[in-house]
Amino acid sequence: MPRDNLHSETPDLNALRFRATNLRRHVLEMARGQGQGYVGQGLGIADLLAALYFHELRYDPRNLTWPDRDRFLLSTGHYSIALWAALAEAGVIPVAELTSYGTDDSRLDMSTLDTTPGVEIIGGSLGQGLGQGVGMALGLRLDGAPARVFVELSDGEMQEGATWEAAMAAGHFKLDNLVALIDCNGIQADGPMVLNMEPVADKWRAFGWATSEIDGNDMAAIVAALRGAREASGQPKAIVLRTTPGKGVPTLERRERAHFVRIEPGEWNALMEEFERTAETISD
Amino acid sequence: MTERARSLVMGQDEAAALGRATVEAPFGNALVELGRARPEIVGLTADLGKYTDILPFRDAFPQRFFNVGMAEQNLVAIAAGLARTGKIPFATTYGVFATRRAYDFIAIACAHGAINVKIVAGLPGLTTGYGGTHQAIEDLALMRMIPGLTVIDPCDATEIAQATAAIADHPGPVYMRLLRGNVPIVLDPLSYEFEIGKAKLLREGHDVGVISTGFMTERALDAAATLGGRGMSVGVLHAPTLKPFDADAVAAFAGSVERLVTVENHVVVGGLGSLVAECLFERGMVRPLRRVGLPDRFIECGSVPVLQDRYGLSSERVIEAVASCP
Repeated sequence: MPRDNLHSETPDLNALRFRATNLRRHVLEMARGQGQGYVGQGLGIADLLAALYFHELRYDPRNLTWPDRDRFLLSTGHYSIALWAALAEAGVIPVAELTSYGTDDSRLDMSTLDTTPGVEIIGGSLGQGLGQGVGMALGLRLDGAPARVFVELSDGEMQEGATWEAAMAAGHFKLDNLVALIDCNGIQADGPMVLNMEPVADKWRAFGWATSEIDGNDMAAIVAALRGAREASGQPKAIVLRTTPGKGVPTLERRERAHFVRIEPGEWNALMEEFERTAETISD
Repeated sequence: MTERARSLVMGQDEAAALGRATVEAPFGNALVELGRARPEIVGLTADLGKYTDILPFRDAFPQRFFNVGMAEQNLVAIAAGLARTGKIPFATTYGVFATRRAYDFIAIACAHGAINVKIVAGLPGLTTGYGGTHQAIEDLALMRMIPGLTVIDPCDATEIAQATAAIADHPGPVYMRLLRGNVPIVLDPLSYEFEIGKAKLLREGHDVGVISTGFMTERALDAAATLGGRGMSVGVLHAPTLKPFDADAVAAFAGSVERLVTVENHVVVGGLGSLVAECLFERGMVRPLRRVGLPDRFIECGSVPVLQDRYGLSSERVIEAVASCP
């Protein structure tokens, strides 16, 4: 399994940061091919996906249906650009296939379908992921399986009522094999949060979740929060990740926060150079 | 309790008055039997366990039963998640809530991925006097439009029990209407055989062919017998599966009669009548067709027998409709 330091007590954070940089590079190359895409979200979530696929998740890229695997559910199907990057980096799909992102007949769609290897649910109808994660966690617990279920969802997605139906149920059923990863990047389709969701962490605590809140682009904080979520405490776990859309490319970080970023063809070379320069400076 | 109040509460419990033998909770008891043989079967409800006959399953397998509270979207999502871990979830609620409230979840979380979820929906059509909020008058139309979803409207206790077993064996998402409580026996359990996707010829006849689904098949058979006594030859084809629809059997049946009547516990828009018209027209078959079903409107509160008669579903009204079929 291509996992650099699974569940290690002394994880090599730089190795994970290196993976995150690779994911970002994949994301940018995929978006460059399309000239557009969910670049902001993809760059923002790259640190979390690197930590999951190279540190936290128990899975086997050669046996994707292993019953005891940990499940990762990407509820925000439009973040697929980052998931394809992670699955390629993890050896589930060929890196060379990434150039097909968003093209006709590609398996790497702009929103996730469950027919692509490594995808656990059909994401994209926001508000549907967490409830399916609750069902999987119940089923795995019924089987006595050691597997855990990780569900990524977003701040905008919390506006869907079904998110809270699922949150209520997970608390009620005391699903400590379930981890919600809430990407709070402050943007939704119509722009900056159109409905205030704060205080996010308090809401999850009130629904019975053991909740932590971190800088979602800080690898040390992500790894520590994931380690905390392994505890069999009789409570589901929520990690609120404050992420910066476009993270890793300062120009995109500063750009007006947009759900769907369009980048002009003439901009790409400069953006890629900026990304590589920024990546060189990342190491603590 | 007054007679009207009893009817409001009990909804479908008119079988005793009609003098038929009944079976108590045929769905729940069939599910318990299946659950003994198949540990992967699990049960769920959204605070309507008592009213959807699933409590026998809870009592037999408490670890395999989940009451998710009043949250039908989550009911369907959790069922989908359970199915993705290899379970066969049977999720119960009322048809109105399953179809109107959880539609996107049935479509995407279940049907899109061909996920093995069984949705069992109480109070189908006009079987409650609680008014438009509780009467699932258009559920079959809504469900039959979802790609890959199997849609079943069983006739009686015999069919409920057989269909419960059949859908457990069928890999894929299913929406099945539920008849609850003391459910009459109309179809002979020794000779009747339910098959998903198959219509069954229950009575031969050459003047008028009645195609019916759900418990309206009981009324269609009553009408055929009554009119047979008056010298009219009325056949009955029972089509419990709305999707996939047995167009071949319908076409063959239509070819053997002069006129057609469809009879359903559902609005005449988008249900059985529409299906029959679609499949015959596509085959170039033309028959005079009368569609018996609920009108295109929301229905008021009241006692079930009165409402069913008012809106054309009572045996008397079905007899009139078939007898006067042009």
